[in-house]
Amino acid sequence: MKLVGKQTWVFEDVYLQATGTAVGPFEADGPLGEHFDVAYRNLYCGEKTWELAERRLMKEAIEVCLQKGNITMDEMDVFLAGDLLNQNVTANYTARELPFPFLCMFGACSTSMETLAVGAALVDGGFARRALTATSSHNATAERQFRYPTELGVQKPKSATFTVTGAGAALIGRKKGRFRVAAATIGRVIDAGLKNLLDMGSAMAPAAAHTIEQHFLDLHRTPVDYDLIVTGDLSRVGSIILKELLMEAGYDVTTNYNDCGLMVYRPDQATFAGGSGCACCAVVTYGYLLKEMEKGTIQRMLVVATGALLSSTMIQQNESIPAIAHAVVIEAVRG
Amino acid sequence: MRLRDNYQKAVKQFQPKPPYVVNSLKAFVSGGLLCVLGEALKKWYINGFGVSQEVAEHWMMLTVISLAILLTGIGMYDTFSQFAGAGATALLSGFANSLVSAAMEHRSEGWVSGVANHMFKIGGAAIVYGIVVAYVLGVVYYIM
Repeated sequence: MKLVGKQTWVFEDVYLQATGTAVGPFEADGPLGEHFDVAYRNLYCGEKTWELAERRLMKEAIEVCLQKGNITMDEMDVFLAGDLLNQNVTANYTARELPFPFLCMFGACSTSMETLAVGAALVDGGFARRALTATSSHNATAERQFRYPTELGVQKPKSATFTVTGAGAALIGRKKGRFRVAAATIGRVIDAGLKNLLDMGSAMAPAAAHTIEQHFLDLHRTPVDYDLIVTGDLSRVGSIILKELLMEAGYDVTTNYNDCGLMVYRPDQATFAGGSGCACCAVVTYGYLLKEMEKGTIQRMLVVATGALLSSTMIQQNESIPAIAHAVVIEAVRG
Repeated sequence: MRLRDNYQKAVKQFQPKPPYVVNSLKAFVSGGLLCVLGEALKKWYINGFGVSQEVAEHWMMLTVISLAILLTGIGMYDTFSQFAGAGATALLSGFANSLVSAAMEHRSEGWVSGVANHMFKIGGAAIVYGIVVAYVLGVVYYIM
């Protein structure tokens, strides 16, 4: 049985063989800028519209990923992807150009780990020899869909997050590589009853805490089993709450916890509480954290991608924000 | 979920409080300066061009609105607004920004279904309730 405990899947010999990342100007200018494969100086990324720009980022991330993995399109068995836009248009339109089967996924900003977990399961189960996953977000496309026009003058509070412009792709297969996808804990939808669109960290922290707690219970592990526990985009507000929630549950993560949203920008970049969006977790994990693993500073990490499953219509109808978090264990392979 | 079982209440201690006093001061000063600019423009139009007070006021409004539109177009108005807050809404500049930002945003969907259809997405509410209030006040004025 590959299901361990209540919500955790344990994989045998599934490897993250290659990754690709593409980012926009703010991310390239951030502290991790040098770690990304492709960087654009302009939000339009040489395209006519922001939606096309986002699509280009996803396409570039995929191309770099396949190139680094030394795999041609014909050798791929399945593509799993999702993004933030209505009807997942970035993923769907990108898949239009790929000559292999596609499963579209939506988990808001948890999509990076959702696709990685499901991709690993398909490979482990023998339903695919190789799976390609991708996710993307774009500051301007997300702002316009979830909030206001980008140039509208509104005073944002400190709890607001800044959507990361970028895309990340990962190639999963059986061929032994440097990173093993060891396990995944699939999250439950948790709704804390919060309604503030400009404070998603507070809304998502309970979902992240729930998934992490369940992960420890299922695998009989504690925080010390990980060199790093990293969340996707809880930002400055949400990450403090998560630490408190885990402390209440008896898990102390103060020394080995971080949030991708806090790593992707410099404090002086005027990004309020930090980065968010599908690409936030994807580019930081695939671009930066895996390089740290290669260097040997991280041996085993738990990546917890957090997603707020809302739409602006639901918020206008006074509904609260449901949230989800999916966790994937990535281990460095030695020798 | 925990934080000892009243998450919604307990979580407030971790959420940053909006700096109300600082924001109010910024809004007061920047909104005030915007109005000083408006007043200076009005004086200039009256003295320099010899137009009436009423005409000068219209010209001044048009100048401020044009300025807001220009700043929106070159991507500076939202930065100003983040600093000035309510101060950035003085002299219809905020309203101009709401129309232009929405129009710019939807340019990619064409002039009709994009720009024209979405232009009043944010500013429309001000127009609708402006008309409603004007109508109610008109009726009150007529009766009294």
